[in-house]
Parts: sequence; C-alpha cells; structure tokens
Amino acid sequence: MISAARSWPRGRVGARWLLGAGMIACLVMLPIIALLLQAIQGSAGLWSHLVSTILPTALVDTAILLGGVGLITAILGTSTAWLVTAYAFPGRRVLEWALLLPLAVPTYIIAYAYLDILHPIGSVQGAIRWLLGYSSSREFRLPDVRSMTGCILLLGFVLYPYVYIPTRAMFLTQSANLIDASRTLGISRRAVFWHVALPLARPAVAVGVSLALMETLNDIGASEFLGVRTLTVSIYTTWITRTDLPGASQIALSLLMVVVALVAFEKWARGKQRYSTGAQRSRAFEPRRVSPAKGLALFFAGLLPILIGFGAPAIYLVNEAWKRIEFAGLSPRFLSETFNTIVLASAATIITVLFGLLIAYASRLRPGAMTVWLQRLSTLGYAAPGTVVAIGVLIVLATVDGFIDRTAIAWLGVSTGLLFIGSGAALLYAYTVRFLAISAGGIDAGLARIPVSFDHASRVLGQSAAGTFRHVHLPLSKAAITAAGLLVFVDCVKELPATLLLRPLNVETFATHLYGEAARGTYEEASIAALAIVVIGILPVILLSRMGQARQ
Amino acid sequence: MTPHAQDRTLELDNVSRSFGATAALNDVSLTIASGEIICLVGQSGCGKSTLLRMIAGVDFVDAGRILLNGQEVSGPSRFVEPEDRKIGFVFQDYALFPHLTVEQNILFGLKRRAKQEAAARTADVIAHIGIAHLKGRYPHMLSGGEQQRVALARALAPQPDILLMDEPFSNLDRGLREKVRDETLSLLKGLGTTVIMVTHDPEEALSAGDRVVLMKAGRIVQAGSGYDLHDRPVSSYAAEFFCAFNRISGVYRNGHIETAIGRFAKMLDAGEETSMTLYIRPQGISVSPGPGDLSGHLKSRIFLGEVEQLAITVDGLEQPLHVRTMHRLPQGTETVGLSILPDSWLAFPVV
Repeated sequence: MISAARSWPRGRVGARWLLGAGMIACLVMLPIIALLLQAIQGSAGLWSHLVSTILPTALVDTAILLGGVGLITAILGTSTAWLVTAYAFPGRRVLEWALLLPLAVPTYIIAYAYLDILHPIGSVQGAIRWLLGYSSSREFRLPDVRSMTGCILLLGFVLYPYVYIPTRAMFLTQSANLIDASRTLGISRRAVFWHVALPLARPAVAVGVSLALMETLNDIGASEFLGVRTLTVSIYTTWITRTDLPGASQIALSLLMVVVALVAFEKWARGKQRYSTGAQRSRAFEPRRVSPAKGLALFFAGLLPILIGFGAPAIYLVNEAWKRIEFAGLSPRFLSETFNTIVLASAATIITVLFGLLIAYASRLRPGAMTVWLQRLSTLGYAAPGTVVAIGVLIVLATVDGFIDRTAIAWLGVSTGLLFIGSGAALLYAYTVRFLAISAGGIDAGLARIPVSFDHASRVLGQSAAGTFRHVHLPLSKAAITAAGLLVFVDCVKELPATLLLRPLNVETFATHLYGEAARGTYEEASIAALAIVVIGILPVILLSRMGQARQ
Repeated sequence: MTPHAQDRTLELDNVSRSFGATAALNDVSLTIASGEIICLVGQSGCGKSTLLRMIAGVDFVDAGRILLNGQEVSGPSRFVEPEDRKIGFVFQDYALFPHLTVEQNILFGLKRRAKQEAAARTADVIAHIGIAHLKGRYPHMLSGGEQQRVALARALAPQPDILLMDEPFSNLDRGLREKVRDETLSLLKGLGTTVIMVTHDPEEALSAGDRVVLMKAGRIVQAGSGYDLHDRPVSSYAAEFFCAFNRISGVYRNGHIETAIGRFAKMLDAGEETSMTLYIRPQGISVSPGPGDLSGHLKSRIFLGEVEQLAITVDGLEQPLHVRTMHRLPQGTETVGLSILPDSWLAFPVV
C-alpha cells in the first residue's frame, strides 16, 4: 500500500490510462460475476434435477474425453518434437513447420470432414473392403467414428501442436551439455530420451496438454457431431432447446470449475518450466544423423500426424468445395456469410487490439501491483470456454437491454427491443472477453522489448506520455501489434460456440453455417465455408513457424 | 532581462525515496550552481541514478522537494512533467530510437519549435559536435563512440538548462573512454552547461567534476572538490573509496596515535585509549636501499611501468605494507629502509 501512503502530487500521467484499464477489467469481469449470481439464484430444486439427470453423464463424458485427449496429445506432441530435434534426416526442416499445420483445422471441421471421409459407404471404407475382399458394408466396416474413441482420436490429431510447440522449444533450449554429460555418465543415446530429455521437458508437456484441454473444453461442434455429450454440449442444449438460463449457468459454473483446475495446473507447470530452463543456455542440441532407410522411416512417422490432422481433411475439403463450385458456383448466401464473418471478426479485432494496447501501456506507465492485477483480471476470459462467456454475456446484456427498453417505454413511449443482443454487439463483447488475453499478452511482450530508457528519453525530450506512445512505442512494436491482431482475427473467424449462441437473428458466419449443415447432416456449401476457415487458419501457422525460425 | 546566475540553480531539499522497504534515497540535500559540473559517485545501488531520474522527473520523490531555478518541480505542492522541465539526459545505453536516423533522433526534442527553426538548430548541433557524416545513418550502424556523441547532440539540441548524464562513458572501450570524456567535458565547459554526471569510477569522478558528491546507501557522504575528497576525506569510507590505503591499527594517547611502527602526532576529538585505524597512502612511503625510519624486507615487486608496486614486510605488522614508488630499487634488493612522508596518512576511530 505504498501508493496509498503517497499523499502528494506525482505525475498525473497514466491516470487516464489506468482508469481505462480498470474499466476494461470490469467489463471482462462482469459476465463471469453475472454468471455466478445467476447460478446462485437458480433454485435448489433445479440443481438437484441437474445432478440427477444431465450432470452425471456430462461430467463422466467430459472426464473421459479430457483424459483421452490429454494422453493422445502428450504422446503425439512429445514424440514428434523429439523426432525433429534429435534426428537429422531429409525432410526434417519441412516437418518442423508442417507439424504445426493441424492448428489450422478447428475441432468441428476435423469432425465434419472425417464423418464424410470415413462414412461406411464412402470411398475410404470401400477401398479397404475392396483390399480385404469384402463386398458390402454389412460384412465389414471400421468402428464408427461417431463415438467417444473417434472423438478422442480426432481431437488429439488436431490439438497435439499445443504440446509440440512448447516441448520442442524445451528440447532446443536444453543445453546439449546435459545430454553430453549423461552420455559420459554411461547412459545410451536411446536412454537419454527417457532419463534426461523427457523428465526435463515434463513441465512443457504439461503446459501444452493443459492448453489442448482448454481447447477441448471449448469445443462444441466435434463432440456434438460425434455424439459425445460433454458439459459444453449440455450448456448449449439446455439454453437453446429448453431456454433454461439458470440451468445453463449452473452447468457453465461446473465447467468453469474444471477450467480453474486446468489453469492452476498450467500455472504450476509454467513455474516448473522457468525453473528448469533458466539454468543454462549454451550450445544448441545437435541432431544425430541416421541411415537413409531409417531417415525415410522417421520422415513418414513424422508425416503421419500431419496427414491425419491436416492433409486428409484439407484434400477432402478442397475436393468437395471444388465439386460444389463447379456444380453451383458461389451462392449469394455464401458471399453474405463471407461479409458477416469478416466484418464481425474485424470489428472484434479492432476493439480487442485497442483494449490490449490500453492495458499493456497502462502497465508500462504505472508498473506495480495495481496494473498487474488489472491485467490479470482483464485477461481472465482466455481460459473460459466460449459457451461460458456467451452465457455470461447473455445475462449481462439481457439485463441491460431490458432496462433500456423499459426506460425507453416509460420516457419516450417507444420499445427499443433487444438493443445489444439483436445488433451483434453481444457477440463482439464475447469475442473481446475471450480473446483479450491474446492481444494484451502479445502487445505486452512487444512493449517489453523496448528499453524503459526510451520512454524516459522521449519524455525528457519534450513528448507527453501519449506522444511517447505514438512516436516511440507504436512504431517500435508495430510487428507485435499486427501479429496479435492477426491471431485475434483468426480466432474470431474460427470461434463457434459463442457465435452460435449470440449471433443476431438470421446472421450466418462460416462457422455457424458449417455447424448448421453438419448438425442437419446435409453437405451442401459447408465444405466451402470449412475450406475458407482452414485457409485463414493457416495464417497464424506461418507466423508461428517464422517465429520458431527466428529463435534458432 | 538576463536571469541572475542564482536563478538558474538546482536545489534538492531533503529528498527521500524508497522502493518497498529499501530506502533508495534518504534525506538528500544539495545545491548546484549554474555552469557547474557535478559528479555523483558511489557504488552501484547507492541511489545516484535514482537521484538523476528524480531530477529529470521520470521518477518521483516520496518526501522533500526539488527546485529548478527557484520553482518547485517535485514536491508536496507541485509536480512538473519531465517534458516541461528543460532538462537534457544522456542515458547509459544512450536510448537512441532505432527507428529514426541520427538527424531524426536529434529533431525529436525540437518538435515544439517551428519547422525551420528546428532544422536550423539541428544543423547547428550536428556541426558543433562534428557528426555531419552520420546524419542519415540509423543507430545500429554507429560505433559506441559515435552513438555517445549522437546521444549528447540529441540531449543538447533543445538547449536544456541542465544536462544529466548517467554513466555516459561506461559503454566505451578503455582507450576510447578517456578521449571521448575529455572531448565531451571540454565541449560542455565551452557551452557553460550545468552538468550532473553519474559514475562509479573514482578516477573519472575526480578528474571530470568541478565538484564531487560521494554517495553511500542513499545518503551523501561528502561533497566538495576532487582535492577535498581525495586529500581530506571525512570518513574511512570516503578515504578508501578514492585510494587503496595501508591500514594499521593503533591507539590514541596524548595527542598521538601509537602503532607498531611508531607514534603519529595528531590532535583528534577522541578520548584517550580510543582504538584507531591509521591509513597510509601507498605513494606516501619512500623506500631506499639504505637505512630509513623503519626497516623492512622486500617480499614482492610488481613492475607497472611508470611506477612499481612493492610489498614490504615490517616487524610488528601482520600484513605487508604496499608501496607505489617511481624510485627504482636495484635488482636483488632484499632489505629496505622506509620513511612515511608527512601529510600522507590519515586516522579514523575504529567504528
């Protein structure tokens, strides 16, 4: 409480920025607080009803899904990271970045694609039957992809890059000295992985897995298409089909508790990670050369997750989209979707980047416990699943809309209707809450690279705090701001659950269109929308792979 | 109307600042006259850089006041933003903006002036500092010495009342450092600029400043001319900061300090039988192959060129005496005679 004790004037600079950051933090907190209040208000009878009907299945399914996806992503992410770090073989450089590609495929799109690819009377199963000499799908068929196992596998193959990225970074920064030391202590090359590299990389794996699991909790499309009734799906159906807001918020609350546990796990793992990388930073890891035959085998091993997680669905989507365009061209409906998607995502990106700048710059002007907390609070939404944020926003804006409507009727005699919810403002609000962490974090990291002496130099040379921001910080952190904006934009385009719940009536985006068709089981223009999302989703992959190269 | 020299002073009035539980500055008071060159010196963490940042207005005072030209700029009643203080600052890392050329960096501080005037002033400074050939370059294309000069030009361009410099020469190689320092200081003296410079190098402090301010743990230990601080230090800390003394313990009796190597006459405001430490300068001991006041045994000699550093063991002393002498002893000398020159020793009570 040093700042409270300081009773006389110091620079008023930063006060306005601080106020702005405080307001943003409140805005972000509001939906979560509203959710808590709503959940508490729900009657006890309702709660016992939930406990006896929906919750048990939902909890068990969610737990199994999380466990399975955690296991698959940990295995795939760690083994691919070790593959491209420890061995030198032709094509390794390509694999290094290509292993990131499945990030471009949202979970609902991989489920959508594989439902058709692996359809019992589709070409893949047909080819397998032909190879094995069966003639009909009644004699032989692969296990149905519409199952818990199918869901776990598909999510695993698109989410493993979350583990691959931090684990590979860990393998690279671990000094080769440790590996060399263990070799001189009598551990074989093969055993090094189990005895040295893996234990050291464990925190990184844990961070990656917790991020992948947060994505899993956020998923609504894949689980629903594949018939897995998770908590997220339950929230959605409770609200959409039964219009039961207290019920939805109570389920959302239980989902939030799972998230809190995950975040705690991630924080703990990050703490460990810092501890083990801080120690040394000398030589980079020297990959081992292998024979051509073994090299080829390793290359194909590394290619497999890329093919399953990106290649096959991408080829399928290109093929289907091509067929559709040849057959019917692009419908006006698709064009209006494109427009909606881009306008919504751009608006949300602009708001999110502006808020991110405000928060990051406020912490720079007024470093201290106050801004640290404001930053923490305003980035709370990053872990909250889209459905939870959407329900919270819904509660807040429904209240505000109702109040405005009643006031307008009382004073002006006109009904305003649902001002915010009907206009798409609700959706922008939800996007901002959910993705503010990405922009604030990215911009903060960009600003952190600018020495504080630059700020002081600029102030002493006659610039105000705002002028310093414009003439020094902005030009020097352009790249970081652009990158943050790009990430937010792409995430908004891909976002499904909140968009589904909060979009204005009759407004379709790529994601909701795809969801609609997949849920109905029709396969019309959805492939074009899905392809558009994947193509946009490749942008951050390029960015990530560039960052990886710059680090080397 | 020309302002009086007195109007253009900087006053620090019982300034304090703490970060959490640690006091970075504790009740610091100092007055600086126009045109003076002041060196703030001390070990890292003594608060000297914090003091500089407070004068510039990029850090705040917790208590006390800072007055510029008689006007309060930091204190209970007023805080003037750094951009309104007319103060120049040369940073330790120079803080040249990497996205701007040398010329644009210098123009940066002149944005409040009319375009033509700013351009003329920039050309002026560039010519005066002699960096015309660097004008269009970006900071990363400059050597350390060049960056230092650009930083100086940028700070001087808006014609500040006071120029602050935070370890401005510490990023330069040793040979270059002295050359750049001499050039910079003669330039600043020529301009009559008031300068406050921070350094941790005792030699730099003694040679560069009209006045030296020695700081320790957020307090001023001693302020005065370089001669004052070196020859007449007020405490053992000040003494040892500027010179690597020989320390010999003794006791104060009858106006003398009695030690194993003799009695040293000095009137001190100390009680009888007070434990004292005698500080003898290494260059204040004369050595000859023949007999002297004391007799010692030559233990080691390190030849440094201009001077030779000797270690001499003397009966009754645990540690050998260190001597720096320009007088060359014949090779093979073993026993030497020593005399301690007057005014080459100090005495402080043991704390």
